[in-house]
Amino acid sequence: MKDAAVAVENFSLELGGATILREISFSVRPGDYLSIVGPNGAGKTTLLKCLNRVLTGGSGSVRIFGRSLEEFSQRELARRVSYVPQLDGRSLPFTAAEFMAMGRYPYLSAFSGIRQQDRRELNDAACRAGVEDLLERRLDTLSGGERQKVFIAAALAQGAEIMLLDEPTTFLDYRHQVEVRRLLSELNRRGGKTVLAVTHDLNSALTGCNRAIALKRGELVFDGSPAELLRESRLREIYRTGFTFIEQPGSALPFIRPGEAL
Amino acid sequence: MGGRGAAFWTVILASLAVTLLAPLAGPQAIGLPALLHPGASGVEGEIFWRIRVPRVCTSFLAGSSLAAGGLAFQALFRNPLATPFTLGVASGASLGASLYVGLGLGFTLLGFSGETAASFAGAMLAVGFVYSLSRLKSGFTTGGMLLAGVAVSFFFSSLILLIQYMSDFTKSFNILRRLIGGIQVVSFGPALNLLPFALVGSVVLVSLAHELNLLSVGEDIATSRGVDVRRVRKVVFGVVSLMVAAVVSICGPIGFVGMMAPHMARMMVGQDHRRLAPAAIFFGGGFLTLCDTLARTMIAPVEIPVGVITSLLGGPFFLWLLLGGQGGRIS
Repeated sequence: MKDAAVAVENFSLELGGATILREISFSVRPGDYLSIVGPNGAGKTTLLKCLNRVLTGGSGSVRIFGRSLEEFSQRELARRVSYVPQLDGRSLPFTAAEFMAMGRYPYLSAFSGIRQQDRRELNDAACRAGVEDLLERRLDTLSGGERQKVFIAAALAQGAEIMLLDEPTTFLDYRHQVEVRRLLSELNRRGGKTVLAVTHDLNSALTGCNRAIALKRGELVFDGSPAELLRESRLREIYRTGFTFIEQPGSALPFIRPGEAL
Repeated sequence: MGGRGAAFWTVILASLAVTLLAPLAGPQAIGLPALLHPGASGVEGEIFWRIRVPRVCTSFLAGSSLAAGGLAFQALFRNPLATPFTLGVASGASLGASLYVGLGLGFTLLGFSGETAASFAGAMLAVGFVYSLSRLKSGFTTGGMLLAGVAVSFFFSSLILLIQYMSDFTKSFNILRRLIGGIQVVSFGPALNLLPFALVGSVVLVSLAHELNLLSVGEDIATSRGVDVRRVRKVVFGVVSLMVAAVVSICGPIGFVGMMAPHMARMMVGQDHRRLAPAAIFFGGGFLTLCDTLARTMIAPVEIPVGVITSLLGGPFFLWLLLGGQGGRIS
């Protein structure tokens, strides 16, 4: 049997005395597009950060392509797993090109600069993410959507099979939401990337993905297909509110709106 | 890119030029013969080779070390105000040195003067404190850390005052003199003492340029790109403490160089630490040399301690950064 891209088993994490994640188990096959959903404070972001050791600690096991997370050096891990954090207001005094070049870190040695091979990878990543025109711009001057695409391009430049994304479309305007969703879907289908994306917006989350897991107060409460997730009783149980389902012509999944029908 | 490359070489060359010309400045004019014959006797030669050149070497190395340390901390804490001085490293080193003088100790450790060793111990104490604070509580903000640094500085200053109060007049004066940062050297000894720290420290920090770039974006990004953040942090803390402690043990606490020099260098050559680190190191050396040259020539024959000058420049600079001056963002 082929190794799972990501295999999490009985993973628990406590921070500051509070249990953030409780006995989480799930696995992701290579080529999967997994959405991690759930209400605020469910532990989605924490879980994502535990998969590439941005957060450390916790009990249970996490395996990446069959190998235990602890066995990786941080550099080796970065060659297999890339990461796009939540869009925030941090100051980024670098140009898009400089920032993307940092994605090649796991392949560089101390005094070496960017080589021909790195340059090719960077160009390729910029093309695939459609950010060629932004390369000389400072990140501080980009819009949220543009910045998000640069972050995805930088993650691509890392050349990792697995991409972790935290709320990739949440703060973007409609056009950029569509563009980023399309980009991720394309990277998954044609680029062969295994994608794990955290989101709290079900409508945007479930288009493009082939699997979903849901967390609620640190526990895994659902693992299955998007269609199975979108059941009234199940969503009510997870989000503790009612939903209205609106059938969408040409789509297997309904559009959902929080709140009962008016 | 071309513009930045030119700026980089301008910074390096200008810093070197200032440093090379500095020994010529002073009340005593130096004639060509004295310059060309280092060993020859004569007042000019003596002043030039025995006093001014060692002093300029010391100030260059001290300035470089302070700038390198400041730059590394600024990247690590993602804040232009976070330097070894604002985080209490210098006051720790001063405390160590004061204790050494106050207790009338006299020993050498591994070839370094006891004062250097005591300064280093004090610096490590301060760093250890700030470091454990930053680990103790996740989400401890840089702002909080800076305030902790202020608290540490006040606390250590009080201890220094206590030591001074308990000491006899001579020791007390000795301590006071070293609390006002100044470069009073009359041999190559201090420069040679500084050299290994400045050189090794600078090479280590320049070799961490990629890591410093990533850390200045954020620890999460740095980790996800493959930086072993814990290891880098330890190395930076250790190396910077050594460098700053070495400077403090020889020159006393010379404030604000570690904040101003990297920031000015950043404004000229940009954020990329592969260029910025060497630029800041050279610029820091040239900058402190310039300040020290002013200190000994402005109202010659009286000398102003260079620490007074850097602090007079640094105070307003700090406020300018705090008010959101160019390039920096205080979070």
